[in-house]
Amino acid sequence: MNIDHLIHMANQIGAYFETEPDRALASAGIAEHLARFWEKRMRRSLYAYLDSAQDGALAPLVREALTQHRDQVLGKIQ
Amino acid sequence: MILHCHHDRGTPARTSTQHVTLSVDGIPVTVPAGTSVMRAAAEAGIDIPKLCATEQLEAFGSCRLCVVQVKNRRGYPASCTTLVEEGMEVTTENDDLFRLRRGVMELYISDHPLDCLICPANGNCELQDQAGRVGLREIRYADGHNHLQETSDTSNPYFTYDPSKCIVCSRCVRACNDIQGTYALTTTARGFDTRIAPAGGEDFMSSECVSCGACVAACPTASLLEKSVIQMGQPQRSITTTCAYCGVGCSLNVEMQGEKVVRMVPDLNGGANHGHACVKGRFAWGYATHAERITTPMIRSSIREPWREVSWEEAIAHTASEFRRLQEKYGAESIGSITSSRCSNEETYLVQKLTRAAFGVNNVDTCARVCHSPTGYGLKQTIGESAGTQDFDSVMQADVILIIGANPTDAHPVFASRMKQRVRQGAKVIVADPRKIDLVETAHVRATHHLKLLPGTNVALINALAYVVVTEGLVDEDYVARRCEPEAFNKWREFIADPRHSPEATASITGVPADDMRAAARLYATGGNAAIYYGLGVTEHSQGSTMVMGIANLAMATGNVGRPGVGINPLRGQNNVQGSCDMGSFPHELPGYRHVADDETRHAFESVWGVQLSDEPGLRIPNMFDAAIAGSFKALYVQGEDIAQSDPNTEHVTHALESLECLVVQDIFLNETAKFAHVFLPGSSFLEKDGTFTNSERRISRIRTVMRPLAGYADWEVTQMLSNALGYPMHYKHPSEIMDEIALLTPTFQGVSYAKLDQLGSIQWPCNAASPEGMPVMHIEEFVRGKGRFMLTEYVATEERVNRRFPLLLTTGRILTQYNVGAQTRRTANNAWHQEDLIEIHPVDAEDRGIRDGDWVGVKSRAGETVLRAKIHERMQPGVVYTTFHWPGSGANVVTTENSDWATNCPEYKVTAVQLSRVEQPSAWQKHFAEFSEEQIKLLNQESAGAPV
Repeated sequence: MNIDHLIHMANQIGAYFETEPDRALASAGIAEHLARFWEKRMRRSLYAYLDSAQDGALAPLVREALTQHRDQVLGKIQ
Repeated sequence: MILHCHHDRGTPARTSTQHVTLSVDGIPVTVPAGTSVMRAAAEAGIDIPKLCATEQLEAFGSCRLCVVQVKNRRGYPASCTTLVEEGMEVTTENDDLFRLRRGVMELYISDHPLDCLICPANGNCELQDQAGRVGLREIRYADGHNHLQETSDTSNPYFTYDPSKCIVCSRCVRACNDIQGTYALTTTARGFDTRIAPAGGEDFMSSECVSCGACVAACPTASLLEKSVIQMGQPQRSITTTCAYCGVGCSLNVEMQGEKVVRMVPDLNGGANHGHACVKGRFAWGYATHAERITTPMIRSSIREPWREVSWEEAIAHTASEFRRLQEKYGAESIGSITSSRCSNEETYLVQKLTRAAFGVNNVDTCARVCHSPTGYGLKQTIGESAGTQDFDSVMQADVILIIGANPTDAHPVFASRMKQRVRQGAKVIVADPRKIDLVETAHVRATHHLKLLPGTNVALINALAYVVVTEGLVDEDYVARRCEPEAFNKWREFIADPRHSPEATASITGVPADDMRAAARLYATGGNAAIYYGLGVTEHSQGSTMVMGIANLAMATGNVGRPGVGINPLRGQNNVQGSCDMGSFPHELPGYRHVADDETRHAFESVWGVQLSDEPGLRIPNMFDAAIAGSFKALYVQGEDIAQSDPNTEHVTHALESLECLVVQDIFLNETAKFAHVFLPGSSFLEKDGTFTNSERRISRIRTVMRPLAGYADWEVTQMLSNALGYPMHYKHPSEIMDEIALLTPTFQGVSYAKLDQLGSIQWPCNAASPEGMPVMHIEEFVRGKGRFMLTEYVATEERVNRRFPLLLTTGRILTQYNVGAQTRRTANNAWHQEDLIEIHPVDAEDRGIRDGDWVGVKSRAGETVLRAKIHERMQPGVVYTTFHWPGSGANVVTTENSDWATNCPEYKVTAVQLSRVEQPSAWQKHFAEFSEEQIKLLNQESAGAPV
């Protein structure tokens, strides 16, 4: 999967949730969205990018969501 | 005049709490106050002779054939224009009336050709019938001045106007005015010289006529008549079915001789259309038997090889074998399906079932991905159901109509006519659209506000409207307190009241003057029943889902959801967008919009389907493309969709299609996608289908088989054969059995059956124990999710921005006479109106670039380049250009980008930064497209020349 597309899409999701004043809720919202709507290849690819040393393109809130909610987002496909 | 047996009572029905009792020829009859004597007589079983009257139109009182006598009154009043009164005693037949009527009829016939035996309306002519009814036996008037030599206007491809047969009853003029609302016909001159004439042109084709056919249906003679009837003769039988074009879902009567269609006429009992139609549904059905239909399955091992015609058995076995081979080699997740909004509920249900149960994956998506998927997301989040809240008739109780990003007169013309009827009754219109669409200003319609926003700024606009509502005390506090989640509302109220959302702060973003936004918001919030109608100009944006939620916020804040006359109304582009989504075509949802991870739902399907289902969301269409290019997605079954033409960034799409090892296309023509296919399974047109469609107002209507499938199998049977070949048995004998399974597994369809549909005509879901006959207006007592939820909707500018290289914004859309990718309408005479896609440009932008009307213009974006002919038009605003995407060679989607909605991946078709310049030749892509298409047609014809295997 094209990681640039995925990062772009993830950051768009992050941009929507940035408005949420409660950062924990925003982070959970991103994670839930990814878990509910992203196919596992996409989630895996995003985590592969996150786990690499080059995660700079991800928005901070998205990175935070991915990190905090790894189990929820990846679920049994880990 | 139409064939379908309908007792025309002469004037429209009235509703009133008061009733009046009178006697007609001694028969007592009680009718609502305001009813005409003619209609009351009809209710009593007495049909008074008439010519200018029909219950589709208000009484006109011109023909004088319907005269009656009323006790204790002088003269002979026209029964169509005389209203009933308590105790009235009406006589419809006596010697005086007989003489009067016969005299009137004699005058009509004295200026009418006496060629009944060879007249195309012979056997279906009201004039002929009424002449017989009044006992006309002779014409006493000698030859004199008459209109018998006047020549016919045959300019319209579908009907003729023969003035020699016209009796100037004005039914056509009134139908055009009152039903269609175009005002394209007029009566010219006076007295004997009075004639019917199209306005704004020399003939029908060059006039303002939109060819809806209302005048033809209204004509009581052969003056306005379908050319197909003239050529073929009168139809002998009629089957009621549902139009396969836009999301209005008109009910149509297919009038036939044997299996041959003579004409298609709108169904007077149609719940969505009430006897009206448009140029597409009414006339553009000839594609169904077009010479380019492919009716034999074909296979090939690569797209550079000729097709090989094969038996159904071989095509199905080959497909099943390839799919299993690829799953074995690349993994179960390497295959998937795409369903279509052009296919029936039963067909889409079966394809998603095939995908989930037989393929064992959730990689199924539908074309709603690229149109209304944000509606599904946004409405689910806020009000709890992925559907519009109202029926179409609700608009007749609206006081304020807010139209956002929709162009109903082109894309939903029959509903637009209904909307215009309400506007003529006094409803106010607000249009939010970058272009001056027809509803901004057209005959007897003038929008109170046109919010001419820049493409891509919808959310800033809806926030500004909501800001005015909140900060000026226009919130319906009682409604919100009763109906909505307080915590979410308070959070939203604080968010939206921030000055950054004010009209003054956002005017520079939207391009709409702050005062206009304030006035529009006040009108929406305080003007009475306020209804929002929106289209793809809302959804096809990077913030499509945010905008849908913003619309829901505004409607809830002002108390405008949950009763007739208000609501949130997505106008669906294709006929079965609603249905294909309802049927579980999205990769994360089972039928009824229930997530695949929901154990209870999944287990219900597992127990009926007898197979374990995946709880993982599958790939969406754009994700399938990316995965194909990446090498992990290898086979795709596409039923009734043309992704190579309709999806954005064509070169990316075709790259993905070329990356597949097995592309299976089921369609009626070798469409653009099929040119990249390895298996072609011939599909059925809507005339060959048996099933149901669900329109924009959740109305489930029957599609009935008019002719047997040309390829031998219905589409659902083909899917079933494929499933059986894959080892997952399906044994449906009829589509009704598929609907029974849908009803069993889908709570909102629980009470739906073919028997009930036949009984009621149509049903608006939810249809279950709580609403056994369906529900026209939803969310009346409470929202489907319980309390309405306000969502935060920050405006986030699209990344597709203008700069010096790409200084203009391109937005794309549809035109009245063509439909979507044009596969159907391009194969009809509708091409007489629209033969190519044009790039519309404002005069200032054109002048800056030295572009003249009709010039070839290069349209270049960050994604690609194409060439279109220029149309200079002031309905564009400077800085914004527009085109349609009906012709594959136009390459509109070569230019559009893969930017998409953050929540759903719905492409941002409505915003593409481009530059325009005069050019002399097609673009490189167009040259390549022409060569590739020519090669593919050759490869097709090579096979056609050979013998079937």
